[in-house]
Amino acid sequence: MKNQMMNRSVVLGAVLFGLSFGVSAQAVDPAVMAIMESSFRTQGIADKSRIYPDEIQVLCSDKAVLNSPEGQKKAIALQTAALAAIKPPSDGVYMGDWKAGEKVAQSGRGSTWKDSDKTVNGGGCYNCHQVTKAEISHGTIGPSLLGYGKLRGNSKEIVEYTWNRINNSKAYNACSNMPRMAHFKLLTEQQMKDVMALLLDPASPVNQ
Amino acid sequence: MKNHVITATLALTIGMSAPLVAHAQSAADQLQEYRAMLADGNPAELYEMEGEELWVKAMGPKNASLEKCDLGLGPGVVEGAAAQLPRYFADTGKVQDLESRLMTCMETLQGIPQAEVVKASFGKGVRQPMEAMVAYIVGQSKGMPIKVPASHPKEKEMVALGEKIFFLQGGPMDFSCASCHAVDGQRIRMQDLPNLTQKEGAAAGWGNWPAYRVSSGTFWTMQRRLNDCYRQQRMPFPIYGSDVTVALSIYMANKADGGEMNTPGLKR
Repeated sequence: MKNQMMNRSVVLGAVLFGLSFGVSAQAVDPAVMAIMESSFRTQGIADKSRIYPDEIQVLCSDKAVLNSPEGQKKAIALQTAALAAIKPPSDGVYMGDWKAGEKVAQSGRGSTWKDSDKTVNGGGCYNCHQVTKAEISHGTIGPSLLGYGKLRGNSKEIVEYTWNRINNSKAYNACSNMPRMAHFKLLTEQQMKDVMALLLDPASPVNQ
Repeated sequence: MKNHVITATLALTIGMSAPLVAHAQSAADQLQEYRAMLADGNPAELYEMEGEELWVKAMGPKNASLEKCDLGLGPGVVEGAAAQLPRYFADTGKVQDLESRLMTCMETLQGIPQAEVVKASFGKGVRQPMEAMVAYIVGQSKGMPIKVPASHPKEKEMVALGEKIFFLQGGPMDFSCASCHAVDGQRIRMQDLPNLTQKEGAAAGWGNWPAYRVSSGTFWTMQRRLNDCYRQQRMPFPIYGSDVTVALSIYMANKADGGEMNTPGLKR
């Protein structure tokens, strides 16, 4: 992940200095980036390069630009690129084990400066979503996922959509609040399969 | 996991009368009740008492107290000072929050280098007495209106930067402060999130920190609160007293202008 973050800072550097990539360049206020640079330092795995936003983050940090016609055009371009970059499961199997998926959904650990690169990341699903009836300690930032599979079924279309959403929620909404689980390698392929089962397996408590 | 523990502790504390399977909303009510109960005796008072003694105690290489420290209302004026911070200070030419201002006073009056304070950890070394003094100072504004109109051009500039930083996404989870604090009535797990972009929410947030945290059993300054927000955002480490932390603080305090100081607060 660190390498990816480093690449992102290079991309940002290019954006900041006005070299565009087909879509017109948008930069964070240089005064803001200047005090960000003087105000943060690397601690453990939380490398300082994390302060540099990538293109999606730059766009989503500025509501006025985002809501402009040009911003909307850019949002669609970024969504399209995000969708195209998603990889299907390497073995073609979308469903893992819902019990393992529940553990991934419960855990909000990983990627902070108190964690190590050996810390297993959680999906943090319950932080923002209602997922099962049994767990009353759930957040409300994201929509409730109770009955997710029961309501939608498990057609090829739904399975692929759900896989894509978990992999990179920005493929459908450039400024979705949901982290890009595969794009930044927050979750492993197996963890994402297990979350798929949690949402779609008829035996999962989500669908009871 | 932590939330489970809190829910369980809550049920026990409230006397086992409430069933553990309580609906989410009523669990939030219970949390409110729990806070009200604890508010009769906020453990932050112990820090306040210690801080009051330390304020007049000679310390540091210059063996001097902080009694002549100017927190914005003149040298030595503590009452009401925290309610009017952050603000612009002509002697440093900077907008400062309480903690960055204290660093200035510790350096100039006591000879304690700012770098030493910056590199210390929360609750340790030179920070330990400093945090007790923070508790004392914010306690001397309890019940007063927050007065941060940001009328000085430098203050205006910092509010504007703070607002942009509040919405600036970064890190591997794409979070900004606004990811959790720009909409009314949302929660992370059971934790209510104040909408810091509106006066009411900003007053609830700004007006209740620094606070004693029951879950960690320690007093947390505003700098520590912001530091842990950035940790959870998966961002790198915000340097103690840095411009970003001061800009975010004056953005919040300015939004909260006219609200009430309930400091030191009491949090889960």
